[in-house]
Amino acid sequence: MKFRKLVAAVLALAMAMSLCAFASAEDTIKIGMSGPLTGGAAVYGLAVERGAQIAVDEINALGGVQLELLAEDDENDAEKGINAFNTLLDKGAQMMLGTVTTTPCIAVSAEAYAERVFMLTPSASSTKVIEGKDNMYQVCFTDPAQGSASAQYIVDNALATKVGIIYNSGSDYSTGITQTFEEKAAELGLEIVAKQAFTSDDNSDFSVQVAAMKDAGAELVFLPIYYTPASMILKQAASVGYEPTFFGVDGMDGILSLEGFDTSLAEGVMLLTPFSADAEDEKTQKFVSTYQNLYGEVPNQFAADAYDGIYALYTAIQAAGITAETSYADACDLLIAAFQEITVEGLTGTMTWVSTGEVTKTPMAVVIKNGVYVSATK
Amino acid sequence: MITFLSHLVNGLSLGSVYAIIALGYSMVYGIAKMLNFAHGDVIMVGGYICFCATQYWGMSPLLGVLLSIVVCTVLGVVIEGLAYKPLRQATSLAVLITAIGVSYFLQNIAQIIWGANPKSFPSVVSIPSIFLFDGQMVISGETMVTVLANIVIMIALTLFTNKTKMGKAMRVVSEDRGAAELMGINVNFTISLTFAIGSALAAVAGVLLCSSYPVLQPTTGSMPGIKAFTAAVFGGIGSIPGALIGGLLLGVIEILGKAYVSTELSDALVFAVLIVVLLVKPTGLLGKAVHEKV
Repeated sequence: MKFRKLVAAVLALAMAMSLCAFASAEDTIKIGMSGPLTGGAAVYGLAVERGAQIAVDEINALGGVQLELLAEDDENDAEKGINAFNTLLDKGAQMMLGTVTTTPCIAVSAEAYAERVFMLTPSASSTKVIEGKDNMYQVCFTDPAQGSASAQYIVDNALATKVGIIYNSGSDYSTGITQTFEEKAAELGLEIVAKQAFTSDDNSDFSVQVAAMKDAGAELVFLPIYYTPASMILKQAASVGYEPTFFGVDGMDGILSLEGFDTSLAEGVMLLTPFSADAEDEKTQKFVSTYQNLYGEVPNQFAADAYDGIYALYTAIQAAGITAETSYADACDLLIAAFQEITVEGLTGTMTWVSTGEVTKTPMAVVIKNGVYVSATK
Repeated sequence: MITFLSHLVNGLSLGSVYAIIALGYSMVYGIAKMLNFAHGDVIMVGGYICFCATQYWGMSPLLGVLLSIVVCTVLGVVIEGLAYKPLRQATSLAVLITAIGVSYFLQNIAQIIWGANPKSFPSVVSIPSIFLFDGQMVISGETMVTVLANIVIMIALTLFTNKTKMGKAMRVVSEDRGAAELMGINVNFTISLTFAIGSALAAVAGVLLCSSYPVLQPTTGSMPGIKAFTAAVFGGIGSIPGALIGGLLLGVIEILGKAYVSTELSDALVFAVLIVVLLVKPTGLLGKAVHEKV
């Protein structure tokens, strides 16, 4: 394994060096995007790439500032994320829309901080991503915000009084949300009757975790995890005849596009997300129909976050007067200043940013009915 | 008590999946004396073939299973012929590393062909679950089929290696390759046949693994492959009944460990038990100690 990584690093270095020679200035502003375009988390990376591309095409059609999206694969791996970041800089990226997932983002954001490159992640939601880095901003909610908003939503809507949690103890994303969920639940008097962990290496048999939820009488099971293990949990719960309300966060988004998945298993699953493809405003409908025409599927929240991310960068680029000639280090300082000022009306709500890089917007809950997301308040 | 029993059943159901993978591992090791680390990835290919057959080509689940057995058998023989046969005289370390290479190769090929997005595997088993004690204990159809398949395969393999001429040839090759050659046994053919049978078992294991745990992706076979290898060592690698017992025990220890110790430490517990077993009985539970004659 180590040897493989070493070889990969040497090859990447060689590739990066050869690319240096070709980097040249053009009259478009280059935005680097890195995320998992292959591998287990590819559904997120691809959604971000596609959502961002739609926004870039729309902006370019307006005339004026021209953008170019450069995409690199990081396979949801920290080391490959750094390689992708370096490749993007070599290709002339002036700012980054990325990375998509938390684990590589923590590594890449540290690198971007040292290198002075402005980064706006559409979807990496851990606070560790932005902590202590003035150049790192988020389009999505932070994990603490997701955890406490979920607990708040459950209490406000009286969904359950006894709650169970199944989380991945090997993931910063999952443990981060779990922690704030528990804190908020304690504050609101929501009883957590069972809490079960699993690890990233051991994510196929959930019989023990499901049995613990069932035995504890949890009426609602909170799943702050990605959809792949969640699909297993749904199946295994159904096979033992256990039917609580399952409540997920943004990682659950994508479960409906899992090929071969029996969507009836996900019936009634709720998730907290700032984007719902069935929203009736003109902007959302236009985005959804464009996305469907191009890629044949309904966009998920990641695509919407990426779309908003590009518009946020576009707004900030205009406010700061960045051109194709601005170096990434200069662009970094200009964008940091601009992001404190701008307000962006996006698909995922009206967004403003504070100097920590955290976004302010309102989440909403969706529920899966007949295989599609519907707003839970309807 | 019922909770304990239901954990036990879950453990047996997980263990039966390990056992069916371990049977193939153990058999190939027993005869060819090599650890085929690509076994887990042949399992993954078996899962994908069955998925394509039933989802894209409209075949019945049974036809899907048969097709995946055929494809995996051919794949196993091809892998053996291309990657392992040229290394027949090489050190076992070289063969081991080749097997790891084949494993990565198969994973990457699968990613190119089927993409990286996980697929949800529709179970090929249509037998309904049995609910006992007012639904507090559930035995799924997949578990019953997997346990049954284990027993059938174990008996068939034991009969095959003990009663048939080819089976006897396999045992001779496993004991002394050189002597077998002198007795007129075609060693290369025997080893190829072993791989063919091992890979056919992998196809069955793949379909049953994915039926029980339905997420299918290019890395699906690797973790169960490692666990099954552990199960094979546990039961005594090379021993066919040992693989079954090792697999079942491993599954039960893992689930009970999750239920009563910690969901995060269960794997560590499994390997701790393995270490203890190997300290007490270095050849595994049912392994035969072979004394080197000087």
